[in-house]
Amino acid sequence: MNINFSLIAQAITFFLFILFTVKIIWPYMLRAIETRQKTIADGLAAAERGHRELEASSKRADEAINDARGRAAEILAQTERRATQLVEEAKSAAKGEGDREKAAAKAEIEQEFARAREQLRDQVAALAVAGAEKILQREVDAKAHADLLDSIRRQL
Amino acid sequence: MAAGNLTPTSYIQHHLTFFSKPVGDGGFWTLHLDSLLVSVLLGFIGMGFIWWVVRGATAGVPNKRQAFVELLIEFIDEQVKGIFHHGDRNKFVAPAALTVFVWVLLMNAMDFLPVDWMAKGTHLISDHGFRIVPTADVNTTFALSLSVWFLMIFFAISAKGLGGWIHELFCAPFGSFPLLWPANFLFNMIEYVSKPLSHSLRLFGNMYAGEIIFLLLWVWAATGLVGTGFAAVLGLGWAIFHILIVVLQAYIFMMLTVVYIALAHEHH
Repeated sequence: MNINFSLIAQAITFFLFILFTVKIIWPYMLRAIETRQKTIADGLAAAERGHRELEASSKRADEAINDARGRAAEILAQTERRATQLVEEAKSAAKGEGDREKAAAKAEIEQEFARAREQLRDQVAALAVAGAEKILQREVDAKAHADLLDSIRRQL
Repeated sequence: MAAGNLTPTSYIQHHLTFFSKPVGDGGFWTLHLDSLLVSVLLGFIGMGFIWWVVRGATAGVPNKRQAFVELLIEFIDEQVKGIFHHGDRNKFVAPAALTVFVWVLLMNAMDFLPVDWMAKGTHLISDHGFRIVPTADVNTTFALSLSVWFLMIFFAISAKGLGGWIHELFCAPFGSFPLLWPANFLFNMIEYVSKPLSHSLRLFGNMYAGEIIFLLLWVWAATGLVGTGFAAVLGLGWAIFHILIVVLQAYIFMMLTVVYIALAHEHH
């Protein structure tokens, strides 16, 4: 094999061809590759983000449920307390009412008793006067002996 | 090539000489060791590269190598998906198409290497000639197209059964009337002969022509400084245009492979 110009021409052509590939062809391929990488990276990042968001929202939902449960329990307890309180109040009110009624009845009885005693006293006085009239065989002047009668009645 | 008697004819002839080795009585029984060696080497390089990248593939964000292989596989798969609708394409057709494309592409791309510089290396193996573009050897392209041809017949028989295949040889495309049987058979024979012929000769013709044009330019380069300048510039132009041919021919060869196999599955 002899050395001739065709070797040089081939070397130049090959060098320029490599340069062409590096400058023109390679960037296109690289761009396609990088676009694909970016698409995949973005997709994976979006999936990751979605995953995290799902996790966060499920945690938030759990928190909300727990919160609601706690509040419900609180409301229940409050209600129970209030109910007990109401029952107690009703009980004490009823007791008070009963006491008052009892006191009123007692007062009425006492009043009745006093009136009856008064009546009895009057009747006994009248009876005593009538007895005395019978004994004396004459009418007692009520007016004249009012003081006397009165003192008797009071002694009864 | 001896110095002194360098003529354009001897130069071109020298570069179009195969490194052949007779394995029998000569004639048909000859191996083109250069085509064989380069094609096997390129097959290992191409599929080895893909194997190496795919083995370390990640489901996450791919690195540039993986993204490149993914783009390649996606491109092939997209093409096969559009043509092949006869079952699971991943079982055979898509991988075969990928292999054919990558392999033919690499073999075609050998055309870009400067022949005389490569000859400096290959002369260590063979002094009488060593052609580094396997697809500019009609034996290589016929080997590929005949393999596809056998696959075609294999899939035709496996899809329709032997009886169905023979039935179609005689009853398609014109009809099953007995008088039409010879016409049908003749038509099918022409198809079966023309498919591998056109398949292989298209690729061979393109690559051979590309090689010849390069050689003619290098002959011009040997005539002097002006010739060297013109040859370098035109060589660059041809090399750049040749990128299209190299990729396009590999693509066409791959597409025809898929089309032939898909057609073999079709019932008439």
